[in-house]
Amino acid sequence: MSVQTTAGVPFHRLHPLTPLLRGWKVFAAVAAIATQQLYGGVSVGWLLAGIAASIPVAAAYGYVSWRFTHYLIDGGDLRLETGVLFRRSRRVRLDRLQAVDVVRPLVARVLGLAELRLEVAGGDSSEAPLAYLSEPAAQALRAELLARAAGLHSDTPEAPEAVLVRVPLRLLVQSQLLSVGVMLGLAALLVVAAVMIVLSEWQMLAFVIPLALTVVPAVITPVLSHFDFTLADSPDGLRLRHGLLETRAQTVPPGRIQALRIVQPLLWRSRDWCRVEVNVAGYSGEEAGQTSVLLPVATLDDAFTVLRRVLPDVDVEQVALHGVPHAARLVDPWGWKVEAAGADDRVFVARRGRFRRETDIVPHERVQSVRVTQGPLQRRLKLATMHLDTSPGPVKPTAAHRDAVEARRLVDAEVDAAHRARGAARPERWMHLLEQPPHPTVGQ
Amino acid sequence: MTQPDLEPFAPPGAPWVRVSPRLATLRRLLLLVFGLVIAVAALVVGVFVWWAGLTVFLVGLVAVGWMWVIVGRAVRSWGYAERADDLLITRGILYRQLVVVPYGRMQFVDVTAGPLDRRFGLATVQLHTAAAATDAQIPGLVPAEAARLRDRLAARGEASSAGL
Repeated sequence: MSVQTTAGVPFHRLHPLTPLLRGWKVFAAVAAIATQQLYGGVSVGWLLAGIAASIPVAAAYGYVSWRFTHYLIDGGDLRLETGVLFRRSRRVRLDRLQAVDVVRPLVARVLGLAELRLEVAGGDSSEAPLAYLSEPAAQALRAELLARAAGLHSDTPEAPEAVLVRVPLRLLVQSQLLSVGVMLGLAALLVVAAVMIVLSEWQMLAFVIPLALTVVPAVITPVLSHFDFTLADSPDGLRLRHGLLETRAQTVPPGRIQALRIVQPLLWRSRDWCRVEVNVAGYSGEEAGQTSVLLPVATLDDAFTVLRRVLPDVDVEQVALHGVPHAARLVDPWGWKVEAAGADDRVFVARRGRFRRETDIVPHERVQSVRVTQGPLQRRLKLATMHLDTSPGPVKPTAAHRDAVEARRLVDAEVDAAHRARGAARPERWMHLLEQPPHPTVGQ
Repeated sequence: MTQPDLEPFAPPGAPWVRVSPRLATLRRLLLLVFGLVIAVAALVVGVFVWWAGLTVFLVGLVAVGWMWVIVGRAVRSWGYAERADDLLITRGILYRQLVVVPYGRMQFVDVTAGPLDRRFGLATVQLHTAAAATDAQIPGLVPAEAARLRDRLAARGEASSAGL
């Protein structure tokens, strides 16, 4: 499906079924509006005529906008040309690629199509969504983009992968049920439903149905979205595959993870389960809750195995953590005993949470800026809170209620460590590291 | 690198560069406008219920008077320092903050000045990094200093630029 241009660079079009798949949504919207109008007293005949008239218009628009959408790979950039009336040409620098996702909604899967999303830093949603491509084309394009982003030749075959963790369905379902919120919700639902049946008060359905509509999706949605969650390691980076109805295959190249958080909700702690969340610069905006999960549930051992792949030659468990002064109990009566932070020469680690335990891990070279803050109460107690600012995401690393003088020392140490780490950071085109002879080391 | 232990908001070696005291004058002017609005409101209320109007007036007077005193301290609390590799900014009297931004992390620098700022000969410099949480702005700069700082930051940023 490539078209030769005058410049000789082949242009590509999206899959010809794209307008159909997108038009389907438009058609559903029109049908929904039309049904509402029916209550407004419009006759059925006019309604059907209106719907029938909208079909060729939608089809024509879909066809034209498909005709006008091209993409091509031009050296180190992906170019995307869209728009019928307002033309837009966008260039995405492949060396700045933060992640590549292949998303397949249910309808697209039936038709054998997939959407390819290039995630770059900045912007709320995916900056260059290619929807839709045929599945093999999406796979091939992903491999080519990653090869180019890595600084390899575009013909390089897709890198092999090794599965690190696979989350069994049983574990996933159990983990979703083992939540204080879900348990309370389910208990409330059962009690209300039982009362309703016993008393035969069927009007109570007005309570039961909304309650069920909040509690049940809270369990089902994560299970559907993280179904068959597979985390694999490859030279291209980490590969995540998950989803039952809508499947998603994410690739996060090496060095793109800005910060990690290990979360252990209260009821998971006796079983040593945890969830791992990450900040990736491209994964912000409305879908961040779904895309920023590196492991929805796993044992701590598995999580540390993954951590060792993400941060090679860092042993997070060996980083010495230091607690906070006794005075902190006045500002944080429950959490102060757990609150701790520490750093080695590669990462900064902070831990918090008496009930829901959270551990933040930030590589020094990913720290954007460092802050200390102090409120009036902290000032009287000679405490201060340290914040590490990283790219937007679920992880917001802080070390709260440190001794004030120590906090400043930590900030200065972090700034130094970050400076040194940035100097030694690996290049953005991650494979260049292997292809070039090592640079003679300067200084230090 | 060994440094003497510092209070959390102490300057790094050299003293803080403070912002222009004209910022306090500007804020006091705004405070006067605010006080005037309260006085008018008190008057309107007082026409109907005299004691309610008096209460509003007195409370407003105390609040404005207190803020009048605080503004000077608040403006004097802003300070910045340029080091070899990073910029430090401190501010706040009740909630205090110190932020360290490495030049290499800067994505862009903004200089802004509203109409009132321009009349008072003031401008604000704001640094942006890839982290949205980075809170690095310096208000109340003389335009020449703001421009100098902007150019210097941009030059330093380019020299030590890093990816994400």
